[in-house]
Amino acid sequence: MNSETPILHRALAIGVTTAIVGLLWLYTSQSSSYLVVDMGEMLTRFREIWFFERFTSDFVPSIERLAMGYALAVVFGVAFGLGLGMLPAFRALLMPLVSFLRAIPPVAMLPPAIIILGIGNTMRVFIIAFICVWPIVLNTADGVAELDRTMLSTARAYGLSRWERLRLIVLPATMPRIFAGMRTSLTFALLLMIISELVAGTSGIGAFLISAQQRFQIPDMWAAIILLGLLGIVLNYLFTLMERRVIHWHIRSGGK
Amino acid sequence: MASNGQEHSLEVVGLSKVYPGRHGSTEAIARLDFIIDDQEFVSVVGPSGCGKTTLLKCISGLMRSSSGKVVVAGHEITEPPPELAIVFQDYSRSLFPWMTVGKNVFLPLRRSKDKSGSKDAVAHAIESVGLAGFEDHYPWQLSGGMQQRVAIARALAYRPRVLLLDEPFASVDAQTRADLEDLVLKLQAELGMTILLVTHDIDEAVYMSDRIVVLSPRPSSVVEVLDVNLPSPRDQIETKQLSEFGRLRAEVYRAIKGEPGAAAQGSRGSAQTEGLQSQV
Amino acid sequence: MPHVERLPLIERKSVQILLGLLGLLLALVVWDLAVRTEFVNPIDVSPPADVAEELIALLGTSALWSDILETLKGAAIGLLVAAAIGIPLGTLMGLIPAVNAALRPTVEFLRPVPGITLIPLAILIWGQSITTVWFLVAVGCVWTLVIQSFYAGQAMDEVTLDTARTLRLTRRRFIWSVVLPGTMPYLVTGLRIALTIALIAAISVELLIGVPGLGSAIVEAQNAGRLPEMYALIVISGLLGILIQVVFSAIEKHVLRWHESQRPGSGQ
Repeated sequence: MNSETPILHRALAIGVTTAIVGLLWLYTSQSSSYLVVDMGEMLTRFREIWFFERFTSDFVPSIERLAMGYALAVVFGVAFGLGLGMLPAFRALLMPLVSFLRAIPPVAMLPPAIIILGIGNTMRVFIIAFICVWPIVLNTADGVAELDRTMLSTARAYGLSRWERLRLIVLPATMPRIFAGMRTSLTFALLLMIISELVAGTSGIGAFLISAQQRFQIPDMWAAIILLGLLGIVLNYLFTLMERRVIHWHIRSGGK
Repeated sequence: MASNGQEHSLEVVGLSKVYPGRHGSTEAIARLDFIIDDQEFVSVVGPSGCGKTTLLKCISGLMRSSSGKVVVAGHEITEPPPELAIVFQDYSRSLFPWMTVGKNVFLPLRRSKDKSGSKDAVAHAIESVGLAGFEDHYPWQLSGGMQQRVAIARALAYRPRVLLLDEPFASVDAQTRADLEDLVLKLQAELGMTILLVTHDIDEAVYMSDRIVVLSPRPSSVVEVLDVNLPSPRDQIETKQLSEFGRLRAEVYRAIKGEPGAAAQGSRGSAQTEGLQSQV
Repeated sequence: MPHVERLPLIERKSVQILLGLLGLLLALVVWDLAVRTEFVNPIDVSPPADVAEELIALLGTSALWSDILETLKGAAIGLLVAAAIGIPLGTLMGLIPAVNAALRPTVEFLRPVPGITLIPLAILIWGQSITTVWFLVAVGCVWTLVIQSFYAGQAMDEVTLDTARTLRLTRRRFIWSVVLPGTMPYLVTGLRIALTIALIAAISVELLIGVPGLGSAIVEAQNAGRLPEMYALIVISGLLGILIQVVFSAIEKHVLRWHESQRPGSGQ
């Protein structure tokens, strides 16, 4: 119906969302289940814990591990993926292996990781990096393989060296795909950060979450859940912002 | 045949190209020989699929031929030579979308040591295609015709001696095409380049060229070479009204269709072997 | 001198398959060497030969197959729950722009939230039961189904529907010839992706909570110190995932052979 205006849609968006939030508020304040905590109380506890009772003891370590694992995955993933993409022999060699590794549920890698690397930070960073690297590798390799021949021909016709071609043509052209892989990996990174702390954690948001649950500190548990949810949302948002800046040319010209 | 001692801009000698394939090989080009002189404008026409683009890729050094050789400005080429520039049909895939217009045009000049000279060359090239002021725009912000102009500017930036055009105007509308055709002619007059244009548009070939090479269907060889004796400078309205224009059009069309046409054979390029021994 | 060009060695299918197998072989060799040279502690990492032996032995036990069945059941039911909620939701959003506008903010807000965060909550509600598995699998799959259904709903755009109306199709014909083919690509793709996620989620939850299935079998083996078995089970999990992928990709290709997404040259 093209009679509907964007204004109506905007109003609907705001209205319905507010209604949903309002209903939730109502429900949480009326419910008698011990699991459902009044929203006001939840938010108060949320503020208390994360600002700043547990900020340095849990929030910071979690974020650090996440960042390190993810950064490692990106650096190695892109390098490895570029190599795979540009050397077809290499790619044929490693493709089945990588596909297999990717099919293993990330959580299933946790027991071996704990056995081999213990339960410290090394294990956590490693498992995040190990699981997150594959989507990036595969996407980068695919991106290179799909590179337009005309573009490469033009680059060659203009006498660019191999290194220049890599830096000026291959890398920027593959960026959209790299970002697609990075986005998938981001989801995994957050997941593994949480799980590795849930299972074998002494510090971290995940560790706090499970300990709150075990001690039946329900408001604390909700505070952790909300934080993790927010983390997911914020990280995705930041990622989208970064994506828009780096590959603005791709998004604007209608890519994706 | 460097009979007057001066080297030709471009010589194609005994060129053939066979593609290997999963289901047996394909012969794209059977045998091509022709010569282009300095500052000449030559068009290559032929039926669809006759290997025109393959020819261009071999000539530009982007692809190795199966036999024969290509000589540009006196030396045989095995990879894209610096004296040569090429403009592809699909500008959206040959311009780099992550670079601004200015950076795209600057690309061929990266290696040059003369920094300020290069910057001038870039500015001049952009201006000469009529896009002054668009240096900081990105390709997606420009229309199809404008993008193709950027591709042309990029090809011009380092003053090539030979310019190859692969159906450059096929992807733009008729109006823009007329403008771009005139632009290329103007630039040729200004810069004194030798131009080889591959096109399927007969009108375009006749309008722009000094000579037209007609290829046969695949596997291609030279069917005929026609001289175009239309007056210069060309004009979209005036030139196309001349009866000679219509006659040439018909000639070319007949040649493409393989009908025995009039005997307007050019003297410098045919499927004959005479004079080729001297090249080997 | 004619330069005869053959199809580059690397592009031949047979060569690619060979290289792939070679790659797997090399990986096994590296693994074996790492254990032999004690680069990794041999107590912690079992050599590939032991794992292979254990794997084959496992395939003969009924315990393994019942575990696999449990996992598949958990995944399937969770998927069904997700479908019951997600498909109608997504389809409505795709069909009616107003609904899309109204619910979009909520959906986009909830989507990036990792389902794992709800594990402690689920444990408190349902304890160590299969319901927890269903719940968490559903949470994991639902957004994929919403998105794919959204696309399916969008595919039923006005032009399609108007055309169908002018052709005066019967209801049956309409559904069979217009709705189904139009929405099929998205539904099938969505199913494949969601099933993969469901499987992974099921195994993960089993591992973390101890509900019967492949996941808990892995933990059991680990706790009992039967490391070769643990590794073998992990490999089996991977193989199961690949099997599902292969089977459903084949189904997808077959069902959609007429669709443009299957034409050569397109991405998916």
